[in-house]
Amino acid sequence: MIGLEHYLTLAAMLFVLSIAGIIVNRRNLILILMCIELMLLAVNFNFIAFSRYLGDETGQIFVFFILTVAAAEAAIGLAILVVLFRNKRSIAVQELNALKG
Amino acid sequence: MMLHSVLFYMFALFMLGAAVGVVFSRNPVHSVMFLVLTFFQSALLWLLAEAEFLAIVLVLVYVGAVMVLFLFVVMMLDVNIEAAKRGIARYAWVSISIALLMAIELIQLIWLRNQGVASTGGFASTPEGYSNTKALGAVLYTEHVYAFEIAAVILLLAIIAAITLTMRKRPGLKVQDIAAQVAVRAKDRVRVVKMAAEKKQ
Repeated sequence: MIGLEHYLTLAAMLFVLSIAGIIVNRRNLILILMCIELMLLAVNFNFIAFSRYLGDETGQIFVFFILTVAAAEAAIGLAILVVLFRNKRSIAVQELNALKG
Repeated sequence: MMLHSVLFYMFALFMLGAAVGVVFSRNPVHSVMFLVLTFFQSALLWLLAEAEFLAIVLVLVYVGAVMVLFLFVVMMLDVNIEAAKRGIARYAWVSISIALLMAIELIQLIWLRNQGVASTGGFASTPEGYSNTKALGAVLYTEHVYAFEIAAVILLLAIIAAITLTMRKRPGLKVQDIAAQVAVRAKDRVRVVKMAAEKKQ
């Protein structure tokens, strides 16, 4: 019987996979953004599983808002990426040192 | 219920495989395609969990819009793949060990915490004639209406920010000034000059 634990386990595996992806692809800004999207997806899995488990729709409403904010984040992040590429002709993370941070 | 389990494991397997493809594929375009597959499989899993509205929204908004945006940007930027992929193997074992450690901890937490307590079993079945979309709408436009409006403002903010960030004015561009063209009058254009006739030399 597929229940709460199965969905939580799946979400946990997806989440750690995306963390591994950020570490592996730490040179490539686009891949990092994609891994962040994967992380948000894993979080959404947890919300939906608990929403179904508790029989409360609020969790699914929360997923709705997470999707909204993630779409906005992706749009602005990609816009920043395009501007960055236009100015530096490269999106390598190790060359992003203009702020001397 | 047997079919339900088989479908769950199949979709979950495809989803995790596609996620591995996102992380480890050589070409960013392939990564985006694998990400599309991941989102699609998770939409199917959400359908299995009877969250139908969000499954459709995931396909429409993510696969239909956000992933297309990613694909545009990935194809538009001339990314040096070789340089980006250099030194991947050096940190691969670090990432894999961190991921394994976290996965073991999380799965232990999920499965061993309620040892002795009976498994939660499946989700409670929804009553006859239950509509997920209707139920979400009933809560979204009443209890969470302020959050809904803030979400709309955030989307507007994203539009404005994305456009202002990427719009550029190039100097020396030869564009028509429509207002000046429309405002022109005939008597401003022709200047009649009266002068005495000149003698031919």
